[in-house]
Amino acid sequence: MSTSAESAVAPPVLREALPQTGGVPGRRVADRLWSALLIAFGGAILVVAGVIVFSLGHVASPLLRATHLIDFLLGTVWDPERERFGALTYLYGTVVTSLLALVIAAPVSIGLALFVTEMSPPSLRSIVSFPLELLAGIPSVVYGLWGLFVLVPLLRETVEPFLARTLGFLPLFKGPPIGLGFLAAGMILAVMILPTMTSISIEVLKTVPGAQREAALALGATPWEATRLAVLPYARAGILGAIILGLGRALGETMAVTMVIGNTPRISASLFAPGYSLPSVIANEFAEASGAMHTGALAALGLLLFVVTLTFNSIARLLVRVVTRGPERSAA
Amino acid sequence: MISAPPPVASSGPHPAPAASDTARPKIEAIDLSAWYGTTHVLRNVSLSVPANTVLAIIGPSGCGKSTFVRCLNRMHELVPGARQSGQLRIDGEDLLSRKVDPVDLRRRVGMVFQRPNPFPTLSIFDNVIAGFKLNGIRGDHAAVVEKSLRRAALWDEVKDRLHASALSLSGGQQQRLCIARALAIEPEVLLMDEPASALDPIATAKIEELIHELKQVLTVVIVTHNMQQAARASDRTAFFYMGELIEHGDTEQIFTNPREPRTEDYVTGKFG
Repeated sequence: MSTSAESAVAPPVLREALPQTGGVPGRRVADRLWSALLIAFGGAILVVAGVIVFSLGHVASPLLRATHLIDFLLGTVWDPERERFGALTYLYGTVVTSLLALVIAAPVSIGLALFVTEMSPPSLRSIVSFPLELLAGIPSVVYGLWGLFVLVPLLRETVEPFLARTLGFLPLFKGPPIGLGFLAAGMILAVMILPTMTSISIEVLKTVPGAQREAALALGATPWEATRLAVLPYARAGILGAIILGLGRALGETMAVTMVIGNTPRISASLFAPGYSLPSVIANEFAEASGAMHTGALAALGLLLFVVTLTFNSIARLLVRVVTRGPERSAA
Repeated sequence: MISAPPPVASSGPHPAPAASDTARPKIEAIDLSAWYGTTHVLRNVSLSVPANTVLAIIGPSGCGKSTFVRCLNRMHELVPGARQSGQLRIDGEDLLSRKVDPVDLRRRVGMVFQRPNPFPTLSIFDNVIAGFKLNGIRGDHAAVVEKSLRRAALWDEVKDRLHASALSLSGGQQQRLCIARALAIEPEVLLMDEPASALDPIATAKIEELIHELKQVLTVVIVTHNMQQAARASDRTAFFYMGELIEHGDTEQIFTNPREPRTEDYVTGKFG
């Protein structure tokens, strides 16, 4: 009875196929377990992020209740004795050094990636990629040491006096050459983010189809023109992604920056001047922070760093979206 | 060439000089060989193509037909380890000579590829004008775009959305866009490497129709897997097999009365 009713509903092929799916008893259960496991993993990351933000907020709450948010964000005085906490000098140091690192490292990484993918013979590629991996593997404290003992004296004695002589009319290059400061921190960060940005850019450029290069070359493009016309536009969203990852690393880098930035809470237009950064002040002061207000202020700086990173990421996503839909926009 | 001799041909030592003048080859390959590394992919090919005609190159996969057309605009040498020997002439000028800059050559010898490859980030308009801008030619961009799109039989379909993305077009339209892009720089020769193999029959028919019109102004070399396409679209046909040119001649003769048994087997579908 029931079989005849089934055959009336389902075509014969389907009827044969259906029982097999549920045929092995354990399969459905395993499938459910598997998806439950994946959901748990996915949820875990949300929980971890949520817990961190929430507990930071909790620790920061004494300060955030006592100080107006605007005063905290735009204040330039940091005086734990008198419980005055302004974050602007640290925010400034973080943003300036990270952007400086980006300005130095982005063109170099993109150029290096283009050299590896568009120009160099395959045998040379491994010669380039080995030192990149090496650079990526150096601990940041070692970068800091190198910065302190090699880069800072070099900046103080040679580079900064030279920049002051040649480009000294710009506010960026005014002031006494100290060595320790924004320039040193930015340069160290540039070296540190270079490997990530370069290797991601290389992977992105490898995905550009050969047909795109050939299309440009067949139109009478020189190799550089083919890169400009076909390769870079195709890869631009991915390269932007690589730059953002580098920026993220620069914003959060603590150790190396702390060792070379000079740790002076001051806002100066000159890159020669010493400054301070958000992660550095947290690292320097958390051990001796006394009282809920001081600890709260450091936690609030942590939250601020989090917000800065998020903001840059959002800007980047927006940029990627704008950049990837060039022609359709102009049609609208 | 081999078909019925003209009635007056036997009258002198220089048969029909006027005819050979008009049939002066646009493209001439003499003893052309090509390698990828140690693989010898093209063996001593000698072949000529008269101006304003369509040459179809047929043959099974791996027979060297793509390599042959890629030698004609010197794209072959871009592959690491690739090299070539022999002579290749356009209007009598040796293309393989060191004096010829491949970048200049590719402006004169355009190419359309197997799969449509428009620049995905550019609009239809900018795709067509890309090569034109590249070569620093001065001129009215809008007029060039319209002319090229008309010649590629695409104008009516896209004239209202020239600034839309090239990827908004169908596959057949994208391929005609690539043809328009190649035509915009006014090449003397157009190479087409299986231009319709990724397209449906209607789009294919449009491309073939287009080839007929294009030969008024330029010389076309088309590689194809499709025997009917070769028969329909070309004036002359060359059959390649295992890197050798087995036979070439008028398309009608190749398909109806081939001299070589291998050609006959291939065009009648016995192998390949």
